[in-house]
Amino acid sequence: MKLVYFAWVRERVGKTDEDVELPEGIGTVADLVRWLKGRGEEYSYAFENEGVVRAAVDHVHVKPEASIAGAREIAFFPPMTGG
Amino acid sequence: MARTIRIQSEPFDTAVETAILTEGRADIGAVVAFTGLCRDEGGRLAALELEHYPGMAEAEIDRIAGQAESRWPLLGLTVIHRFGRISPGEEIVLVLAASAHRQAAFEAASFLMDYLKTQAPFWKREHLKDGTTGAWVEAKEADDRAMERWA
Repeated sequence: MKLVYFAWVRERVGKTDEDVELPEGIGTVADLVRWLKGRGEEYSYAFENEGVVRAAVDHVHVKPEASIAGAREIAFFPPMTGG
Repeated sequence: MARTIRIQSEPFDTAVETAILTEGRADIGAVVAFTGLCRDEGGRLAALELEHYPGMAEAEIDRIAGQAESRWPLLGLTVIHRFGRISPGEEIVLVLAASAHRQAAFEAASFLMDYLKTQAPFWKREHLKDGTTGAWVEAKEADDRAMERWA
């Protein structure tokens, strides 16, 4: 599964994207965030306030409880500031 | 309906885009154009840098445009959003909404901008006049409230 990061989430994680092999039992975006936070300080820093970081599954905004089954690309980013 | 969505680093020309939207059309009675510009924040800013999520940016704006089309009787829509480094005074975003009558065009343009600001995957970072890189621009609660009024 491909993970991509943007803006200050990208800077805190220290990479733009990565491919990960998820262990069993990671069914939702919230599960994935919990797993990522256990991978190192850069992840726990990026996701220190879980209520702030947004997620998209295959280019569609989703909530933390959304399923990630079958997803190709999951993105994490701060609240958007375009326009 | 004519729907044009572009994500680009180059500047755009509102007059040219409006002419393209209305060319050969006798049914359009109203075109509302909104152009968002880069401010210098009282002389503090040298530039804004806009990061975007390629692929999702186009897809999300397309979804927002589809919602606007289902809510108002539109005859054409153009949305152009720039990315990269943008200097004060330069344009960042263009929304053109065309309809037979003005009310639908005004409302659709306003709706599109409110949704773009909070839903389209773009992020602004400040570059300061003193040569340093400033902070990421924080999302404003007022923008969320502006979007919620369409719910």
